[in-house]
Amino acid sequence: MSAIFTPENMLFILAGLKTTLYISVISILLSTLFGTILGVLRSLTRGVPRAIAAVYIEVVRNIPNLLWIYVIFIVFRLKSMDAGVVSFTIFTSAAVGEIVRGGLNSVGKGQWEAARSQGFNLLQVLWYVVLPQAMRNMIPALVSQFVTVIKDTSFLWSVIAIQEITGKVTILMGRYYKVNQVFILYGILALTYFVINFAISHFSRRLQKRLSY
Amino acid sequence: MFLNSGPFALFKWEALFSDWHIFAAGFGYTLLISLCALILSLAIGVLVGIASTTQSRLLRAIARVYVEFFQNTPLLIQIFFLFNGLPFLGIVLNITTIGIIGVGMYHGAYIGEVVRSGIGSIAKGQLEAALSQGFSYWQSMRYIVIPQATRIILPPLTMQAVNLIKNTSVVAIISGADIMFTAKSWSSGNIYYGPAYVVAGLLYFILCFPLATLAKRMEDKTQGGPAEGNPNAVPEKA
Repeated sequence: MSAIFTPENMLFILAGLKTTLYISVISILLSTLFGTILGVLRSLTRGVPRAIAAVYIEVVRNIPNLLWIYVIFIVFRLKSMDAGVVSFTIFTSAAVGEIVRGGLNSVGKGQWEAARSQGFNLLQVLWYVVLPQAMRNMIPALVSQFVTVIKDTSFLWSVIAIQEITGKVTILMGRYYKVNQVFILYGILALTYFVINFAISHFSRRLQKRLSY
Repeated sequence: MFLNSGPFALFKWEALFSDWHIFAAGFGYTLLISLCALILSLAIGVLVGIASTTQSRLLRAIARVYVEFFQNTPLLIQIFFLFNGLPFLGIVLNITTIGIIGVGMYHGAYIGEVVRSGIGSIAKGQLEAALSQGFSYWQSMRYIVIPQATRIILPPLTMQAVNLIKNTSVVAIISGADIMFTAKSWSSGNIYYGPAYVVAGLLYFILCFPLATLAKRMEDKTQGGPAEGNPNAVPEKA
């Protein structure tokens, strides 16, 4: 085989993978937090908070993630990693907000009434009764959204030159010119994303099975 | 003050509106790619969805591999492969074709999953009843299962159309002349980023928002409405 599998190349790619995972994980954590707040506001409040959440969710999720990356980078002049995290958090929070809204709707009204009648206050009902049940229904959509974040971080190299894994492998591709070498690099890149995302989806399917009773 | 300076100064908007036809062309290009890719992905999706519900283990395996591969690897890398990889084999496709094939095959996998779960949601008895009445497998699918599944499939399918439209923006990265690329290239010439991105966002929004809202309406209907504020909400969904 050609000299692609050298320690230097592998370390080079691994550094990119680290960046990919770093940006993905931080964005996913932040968007889960903000998205849950948005979904709860939209689903369970009235008046101004509901309107703000609704406008945010609808405006942001109906415009491509790629456009948000350009906007964050160029308009706000943020540099690299932070721009990546911020733009993915902005977009994914809206997507998660919509998923949480759907999840909350899937929990029957009787659950609220029963819990309220037991003396729980609204936040307690939400935290102890409704969210755990909603979570079970939300897992597939939520995980699919997380997988989308990991996949879409591949935009970052082309748009704002962050050397995440796609960036690193693309740089390597520029150093090789034979068909089989370039195709092996494509293979490595696709396989890396595949292994991570497949593992996550597989784990989520098992988790969901265990949570449904 | 804001009218004469800043990222959204009035003269920048004037410049944009005098070049409106450039943005209109980008909008048309996004529409073209979206429509063609949607048709391709629907065709693939129906095939994959039916293949993954047949008796044949081979067809099911092929459908599974297709879905898992396209869902778990980035669209951009699939597009890069068509754009940069295939020429190594002497296959050079134009950017429009790459956009349509790339986005179409990617969303074909997602639509395949939607179709599969739609067919799966139809009770087995329906198919068996149809078969017992002398329908062939394909006839039962065509006349009994698919019409019923369509109603369940429609909301997630519409959502997939929205995602497909948004994902066509990826062709901007390989310089396809869509909304995204138009905004980028127009504003990189004169650095009027503000109006360019607002208009680009607006153009995507007017395509996606009505579809997304329609999908949500249909979905809420099948779910029985919001938990709060809807006295007719279906109480339990265990």
